[in-house]
Amino acid sequence: MGSEAITAISASARAEVLRRIRLAKGGTSDANAARTGWSNVVRQYRRETAQAASATLEMFEDRLRDYDAHVERVVPAEVAGAVAKMIAGRGKRRMVIPSGLPAEWLPPGLEFVVDDGMSAVELDAFDGVMTGSTVAIAETGTVVLQNAAGQGRRAITLVPDYHLCVVNAADVVETVPEAMERLRATSGLATTFFSGPSATADIEMTRIKGVHGPRHLDVVLMT
Amino acid sequence: MSGVALDPKTAAAFPIAARTALGDTQMRKNVRHATEVIQAKRARVVAEMPDWQQLREAGKQIRQHTMEHLDYYLQEFEANCTRAGGVVHWARDAEEARRIVVELVKASGSDEVIKIKSMTTEEIQLNAALERAGVHAYETDLAELIIQLGEDQPSHIVVPALHKNRQQIREIFKRRMNLPELGETPQDLADAARMFLREKFLRVKTGVSGANFLIAETGGVCIVESEGNGRMCLTLPETLITIAGIDKVVPRFEDLEVLLQLLPRSATGERMNPYNSIWTGVREGDGPQTFHVVLMDNARTEILADKDGRNTLNCIRCGACLNVCPVYRQTGGQAYGSVYAGPIGAILTPQLQEMHHAESLPFASSLCGACYEVCPVKINIPEVLIHLRGKVVQQKTAGVSGLFDVEAVAMKAMGMIFKSERRFRAAQRLGRMSETPLVRKDGQGVGWISWLPGMLGGWTQVRDLQEMPKETFRDWWEKRGKHGK
Ligand code: SF4
Repeated sequence: MGSEAITAISASARAEVLRRIRLAKGGTSDANAARTGWSNVVRQYRRETAQAASATLEMFEDRLRDYDAHVERVVPAEVAGAVAKMIAGRGKRRMVIPSGLPAEWLPPGLEFVVDDGMSAVELDAFDGVMTGSTVAIAETGTVVLQNAAGQGRRAITLVPDYHLCVVNAADVVETVPEAMERLRATSGLATTFFSGPSATADIEMTRIKGVHGPRHLDVVLMT
Repeated sequence: MSGVALDPKTAAAFPIAARTALGDTQMRKNVRHATEVIQAKRARVVAEMPDWQQLREAGKQIRQHTMEHLDYYLQEFEANCTRAGGVVHWARDAEEARRIVVELVKASGSDEVIKIKSMTTEEIQLNAALERAGVHAYETDLAELIIQLGEDQPSHIVVPALHKNRQQIREIFKRRMNLPELGETPQDLADAARMFLREKFLRVKTGVSGANFLIAETGGVCIVESEGNGRMCLTLPETLITIAGIDKVVPRFEDLEVLLQLLPRSATGERMNPYNSIWTGVREGDGPQTFHVVLMDNARTEILADKDGRNTLNCIRCGACLNVCPVYRQTGGQAYGSVYAGPIGAILTPQLQEMHHAESLPFASSLCGACYEVCPVKINIPEVLIHLRGKVVQQKTAGVSGLFDVEAVAMKAMGMIFKSERRFRAAQRLGRMSETPLVRKDGQGVGWISWLPGMLGGWTQVRDLQEMPKETFRDWWEKRGKHGK
C-alpha cells in the first residue's frame, strides 16, 4: 500500500462518514444553523472577574507558590536584578533565550544565548531558559506562552530543566474565560499553558514534580 | 492480567472477569487507594468553584450542540487544519485507521515512534499493528510506560496503571530498564522514566498522539497532559500523526474556556493540569513540519444514530465516573474487557461494538447515580445503561436464547461485588432516579420484568435498602405490581 492507496481510502471514508452522520441525525448542517445553535448555548458561568486587580495578583502568586515556584514582584527597573538573584539562587548560569526578549531584563555576568533554531540536543545542554509570556490565569496558577517575540518556539521552554518566566502584571487575569478572550486574536499561534513544573501522579496518586518538562520554575512578576 | 489486548470481542464477559478480579486483593487495594485520593482532590477543587454547575451545563450544551452539527464542524476543522498546513485523513473503522497510520509512519521514514497516551490508539490496538509492520512504538506517559514494560493492560482512562503500586512498578522498571539498584520512592521511579525516555525524545523522528479537542473554528488541536511527555512528542519530532475520534471536535476556540475548566478538575483534581498544548497545522521553525490528523468513526455514528444513547458521545474522558463507581472500585478496570472501563466503559463499549459484544456490561452497574453527579458534561449514564439493558433484552428475546443467562449471571456478579463494598450508596440514590427511566419504558419492553427482580435480588441479598428521601425503589416496585402492570 502506498500513499495513493491511503488517499483513496480516506476520500471514500470521508464521504461515507459524513453520510452516516447526516443519516444518524437526520439532515445536513450548515454554517447558519451552526452559528444560531452555538449562540444559544447558555453560558452562565463567570466570564469576568469580580475582584480587584491586587487580589488577582495575590491569588496568582499564591497558586504559583503552591507549585513550589519562586515568585518575586518587582517594578520594571528591578527585573534584571530579580532575574540575577533567581538564577543564582538556583545555581544556574547558562541560559537560552528567545529573540525579542527585552535586553534590559538581562543582568550582566551571566551567559544568555539567543535561540537560532538549535537542535534538541543543543537545548538540552543549557542550564535553563528565560522567556516572557502572553497571559496568566490567577485562579489556576497558569502562564500562557505563544510563539511570539520574547517567548519563542515551543521546544526552548521544554527541553531545558529550569524555566524563568517574566510575567507582566497587566497580563494577569483571574479566570480562564478572561484568558481565552485575550488569546482569541492570536489563537493560531502555537500555544502552551503551563501550571507549575512538569508533574505526574501516576504512581499511587502521589504528585511528583518534574518528569519530562522543566523541573524548576521561577516567575518574576513585573508591576 | 497479561499482555493480551483488552478486546471486547475476545475478553471474558464481565461477570467472569469480575470474579477473578475480586480475588486479586492487592489490585483491589491499589484501586481503592488511588480512587479515594483522586475523589478527594476532585471534591476539593470542584467545591471552590462557585459556578461549577453552570460550567457543567454549558459543557453539556456545547457537546450536544457539536453532535447536532457534527458534519459541519468536522468539515470546518478539516478546511482550517488543511489551510494551516495539516493533512486530514478519514477512517470508517479501526482497520482503516490502522492502515492509514502505519502507512504514514512508514512514509515518515522511521521505524520507531514516540507516543502520547491515547485511549483512541488503545481502542484500535495501534501498537500491535505498528509492531506487525516493523515499527516500534514507545509509550512516553509514565503510566503507559508501566503498562507497556509490564506487558499489562490499562485499567483506567486517565491513570491507566492505577492498579499497580510502587513496589510492583519498581519490579517492572528494574527488570525492563536494567536498573538493579533502583529505589522505590515515586521520585526514584519517575526519575528512572525520565532517564529512560529522554534519549528517545531527542532521537525519534516521528510522534503519534491522540487529541483532547479538535477546534473547528481554527483547525487547531488541543492536548492536556501532566508530565511534559506530550509536549516532547508534539514538539520535537519531524512528523506528527494525530488520531482522533470524530466526537473530539469542538466548535470554537472560546469553547475551551469551559472544557479546560471542567476537564482537569474532574480528571486529576487539579485546578489546571501542568500542560495544555494547542497547535494549528504546521509552523515553520516550531515543531513538526509534517502533520497528519486521522479522523476516525469506528461506530461513533452508530451511537449518534441512537437518540437515547447519543449523549455517550459527549464524554470528554475525564475518568471521574470511574473513580466514584462502587462497581469499578471493587473490580478495577480490566474486568470490563475493554480499554474503556467503569460507567463510561459500560455504556461506550457495547455501543462501539454495536451491541454484538460486551452485552453484560450494561448490567455491570448498581445504577446508584454517582457517575451522573460527577460527570462534568452531565451525561446521564444510568439512563443510558437502562436504555442499553433494554436493547440487550430485545435482541436476546428476538434471538430466543441467552437473555436469562446474561442477566442472571451479571446480577450474581453484582451480588458478589457488593458483598464487599462497605458503604453501598446505591440504595439511597436508586429511589430518586429509577422512576423516570424505568417508568418511561414501562409496558413497552417484554424484558423488563424478567431482570428487575433479579436486580433487586442481587441488592437485597447483601444489604438492607436504607431509608430514601422519596419513594423507595421497593415501594415503587410493589406499588407497580399492585396496579397490575
Ligand atoms: S462519562 Fe462523564 S464522568 Fe465519565 S469519563 Fe466521560 S465525561 Fe468523565
